[in-house]
Amino acid sequence: MNILIALLIGFLYAVSVYLLLRRSIVKLVIGILFLSYATNLMLFFAGGLTETSPAFVVASEAQNVVMTSDSLPQALILTALVIGFGVAAFSMVLIYRFYKETGTVDLDDLSDIEKL
Amino acid sequence: MTLFLPILIPLVSIILLIACRHRLKCQQWLSISAVLAQLGTAFYIFFNLGESGHLVAQAGSWPAPYGITFVADYTSAILLIAVSLVSVAAIIYSIGFVDQVRQRGGLFVLFQGLLTGVYGSLLTGDIFNLYVWFEVMVISSFVLITLGAEKQQLRASVKYLVMNLIGSMLFVAAIGLLYSQLGTLNMADIAFKLRSEAIPPLVNSAIMLFFIAFGIKAAVFPFFFWLPASYPTPPIAITAFFGATLTKVGVYVMLRFYSLFAQLDTAFWQPVIFVVAGLTMVFGVLMAASSYDIRKILSFHIISQIGYMLMGIGLFSVIGLAGAIFFIVHNMFSKTATFMAGGLIYLYKGTYDLKKLGWVYKTKPFLAFLFLIPALSLAGIPPTPGFFGKFFLLYAGFEGAHWTITIVALVVSILTLFSMVKIWNEAMWKPEVESANLSVKSVRPAAWVGTVIAVVFTLLLGLTVGFTYDYFAQAGQQLIDPMNYIKAVLPDLIVK
Repeated sequence: MNILIALLIGFLYAVSVYLLLRRSIVKLVIGILFLSYATNLMLFFAGGLTETSPAFVVASEAQNVVMTSDSLPQALILTALVIGFGVAAFSMVLIYRFYKETGTVDLDDLSDIEKL
Repeated sequence: MTLFLPILIPLVSIILLIACRHRLKCQQWLSISAVLAQLGTAFYIFFNLGESGHLVAQAGSWPAPYGITFVADYTSAILLIAVSLVSVAAIIYSIGFVDQVRQRGGLFVLFQGLLTGVYGSLLTGDIFNLYVWFEVMVISSFVLITLGAEKQQLRASVKYLVMNLIGSMLFVAAIGLLYSQLGTLNMADIAFKLRSEAIPPLVNSAIMLFFIAFGIKAAVFPFFFWLPASYPTPPIAITAFFGATLTKVGVYVMLRFYSLFAQLDTAFWQPVIFVVAGLTMVFGVLMAASSYDIRKILSFHIISQIGYMLMGIGLFSVIGLAGAIFFIVHNMFSKTATFMAGGLIYLYKGTYDLKKLGWVYKTKPFLAFLFLIPALSLAGIPPTPGFFGKFFLLYAGFEGAHWTITIVALVVSILTLFSMVKIWNEAMWKPEVESANLSVKSVRPAAWVGTVIAVVFTLLLGLTVGFTYDYFAQAGQQLIDPMNYIKAVLPDLIVK
């Protein structure tokens, strides 16, 4: 299972790098989204993969439980996801305004900026 | 409780600013009083650090390492004061400089949002919380850089957004790696675990990822190209504020992480930092020398000066670290003041292009004088703070026998003087060219007041260095021996 998850995260990173290197600004934003998915997944499994171990136990049953699962990464990923949504919304508005102003989605046209 | 005030004050002022968003005067006075209150709190924290030099607060009274810890030591308290001083000048300046549309469009709200993130990053003692503050800061800066939505701004902000997001994602990935290895997010707890147990190999990967993430944020050598592409595009008041806060917080975090984590592997990290620092200095200054736009020259100089701060981190002696912190403060003041004076030149002449400018010295001698002081400070002429900052760093470099980086720093310093002299010659002394074609905007007095304040801060920092050096040295001492920091955060710890 660990290997599968690791491969999945690696695949998501590969997809995001491929998309980030494309010239289209829309693909760039999708690449950013994939980058944040890959990272969030990695954060999610930072607590380790455990099966059938509870996250919370009642105090009276504490001595019967051998191992608990770590619930902190889930709290962390929740925060990261919310921030990610905000940033995704902003970047989509940005590319929309960018398209409206410049009439192109090709990043190569960005090089005009050097002639400031 | 006092440690939460620097974060609460801007947050509350954001709510008030949104409440009075239709009255511009009210917004302006509110933001000025908010930064003055922040300045007061910053001084209060600084003078209440106490015997050990640490002030610790646990959010929600959860004991460390389970809750989120806020810590102030001399480094963060000094930077807290510096940021709030600079924002007083920056906000007054932007009242005079930025157009009404942008001011009504939420400029002051975003300034306070950015400040919330900066103060949070300076005070937090928890790495995930640090990520959250960084995002608060960076998202405010995204909106600030696009505010007004001119074509150039939109183009530049795409680069800015992408690079900063990649940096943030690497940061989160590093947090995940570190947590999976050590099971804690509290900086002091991590530092303690690294010192008391065998270090798992993946921790080094996490620290490398941190270095790259903050390298992107601080614009060091291989990751700097987003900065000159994006900083010159928004109104220069916003650029001045960015230059004083964003990259400097990146350097601060590097300082903190080097002290707590990377210090344990100096044999690996010191050469890396020196190489990166040297290349950052050289590339920044060479690109500045080849530019002919005031905003671009000054933006490239930000990069070059980041190299000096990194050099101080790499030296890691009391004088070197004191020099690095002093250099951060000096740069906040001097750089902001030069940007502001450049903005005033733009208001009078209608352009930033050195080829079109001329005779500012003849027509506006006081403005030329206001530009000269921070420019000389950037170049490192006594008695300006730039001289003392470089003096501490070079002294520490020679003391530690790190010849290469010290000589590179000296050469770069001469090249910096060259590009400041270039601005001076072209803009101030050259006969005027075709000024009739340029549209001249009206100058509101607040822009002058803001610039004068920033220049006075620059001068004062240079003139009072005899009194303040002890505090900088104390900050350096605290960074070298982080055991007191760890003990202050985790008082119940049994040190073996």
